[in-house]
Amino acid sequence: MIMDCILAFIFGGLLCAIGQVLIDYTKLTPARILTGYVVAGVILSAVGLYPKFVEFAGAGATVPLTGFGNLLAEGVREAIDEKGFLGVFTGGLTAGAGGIAAALLFGLIISLIFKPKDK
Amino acid sequence: MKVSRELYSDMQNQVAPKSKSYKNIPLAFVIGGLICVIGQLLISMFMSFDFEQKEASAWASIILVGASALFTGLGLYEKIAKHAGAGTLVPITGFANSISSSALEFKSEGFILGVGAKIFTIAGPVILYGTTASIIFGLIYYFIR
Repeated sequence: MIMDCILAFIFGGLLCAIGQVLIDYTKLTPARILTGYVVAGVILSAVGLYPKFVEFAGAGATVPLTGFGNLLAEGVREAIDEKGFLGVFTGGLTAGAGGIAAALLFGLIISLIFKPKDK
Repeated sequence: MKVSRELYSDMQNQVAPKSKSYKNIPLAFVIGGLICVIGQLLISMFMSFDFEQKEASAWASIILVGASALFTGLGLYEKIAKHAGAGTLVPITGFANSISSSALEFKSEGFILGVGAKIFTIAGPVILYGTTASIIFGLIYYFIR
């Protein structure tokens, strides 16, 4: 388990360091970086690389947003294997539903409970 | 004095604070890495309760997302993000933070067009282009598998 944590730290950290390089040396906004990470995750999963990276790096691969992209692509792949063509449409969001639904629900709850802070 | 686009860009570079990459990049690495370690500990915990790896990973994401929303509400996430940069942006907690902070910020514009619409300010593009990319992949996969 300690080895798993070390691998998660190194590879998760590296993905974040790449993001910081993009912030510091390009004019990409955070929204563009997040979108880019998700699409990159889909592409890396489509060519079969990301699932192997997940086996190796664990949470270091699944927690960064590229992991979310991987989840969408894996969902599509599995849904097509099970349901055929319908899976092209249902697979992605079904696989990502947990994270999206949780983030939306918690976001709404937070906006009900807290007041916006002055910046 | 006529200011061309290039000149303006030079002027802007002189005035804008230089970001300290030698400090920013290691900080992003360490804090982002630590968030992933928390994720790994959660996955290990759920797997010890006999969840499959994918389910354990989904639960870990949900808990990280919830914790991130709470930290955002308390104003703590922004404080960490100020130092961590991409370290708090790239993990799924950054996605949750973008959702909660836009929801909170636009509360004053009401719950339909304020919270309801603006909650998707950053989540929208992520979901739109992520889903589109996955559908394109699905079409290719369906025909060549």
